[in-house]
Amino acid sequence: MIDRQRILGFLDIAGDWDSSLLFVLGGAVGVTVIAFRPVLGRSRPLLAERFWLPIKQTIDLPLIAGAAIFGVGWGIAGYCPGPAIAALVLGRPSPALFLLGLVAGSAAHGLFETSMSRSRTEPR
Amino acid sequence: MDWETSRALLGGLLIGLSATLLLLFNGRIAGISGMVNGALSSAIAGRGGEAWRWLFLFGMVAGGYLYEYGLAPSLPGVGPTPPPEATAGVMLLGGGLVGIGTRLGNGCTSGHGVCGLGRLSLRSLVAVVTFMATAIATVLSRGTWLDTASGLTRHLV
Repeated sequence: MIDRQRILGFLDIAGDWDSSLLFVLGGAVGVTVIAFRPVLGRSRPLLAERFWLPIKQTIDLPLIAGAAIFGVGWGIAGYCPGPAIAALVLGRPSPALFLLGLVAGSAAHGLFETSMSRSRTEPR
Repeated sequence: MDWETSRALLGGLLIGLSATLLLLFNGRIAGISGMVNGALSSAIAGRGGEAWRWLFLFGMVAGGYLYEYGLAPSLPGVGPTPPPEATAGVMLLGGGLVGIGTRLGNGCTSGHGVCGLGRLSLRSLVAVVTFMATAIATVLSRGTWLDTASGLTRHLV
């Protein structure tokens, strides 16, 4: 997965389709679907006081818009966050530039969110 | 199953195992976008007790290094990973959108894909279907808009 051409080859369903990523995702989800159940059935993790799990359950606009924007970025760069970090070992600028963009985008979102919540709570 | 497919499947099983161990030992979801954000924001805010994120991310780099320079050369039919050659603009733009999108949608392929689907979360399923669709649409239309973009730049410059 640190080979971005493979990721792009997987997403390019109309071209010379590379199916290997399907097996990566399938293998990973196969393990978590089976193994998460008994793990989450425990009262607590082995080395921590509690589990930290997402509490949101609702399907809302930020979820869909965010996932859609993420997909576009993934399709443009050919990296998602995990493989980009592992690909740093290739010693090329691309993964580092991707991560720089990721941190900047995330910081921009953070600033936007802060200013939104501030404008919402400011007295009129 | 051929060797390449077996390798992909084995890689996937290891990713699933990694996410399971993090949940079992630390009670945390292995979402890499959230981990990067959490690691940086805790470092900036000077919060302690957040070392697990840095350690996990460091482990990913160490594992990638061991694979690329230790394991891959001794595997039959596996050469060095082709170097990623893309323009800085493509990488910064793609990374920026991934940063905004993962913050807004609370996760990426690992958090929503590997872990969210493992928890049978409906939110994660919706996220996975959505980002798969837009990623595929982006790659399919890539040639078109990259040409348009470079044409526009030429026109403007």
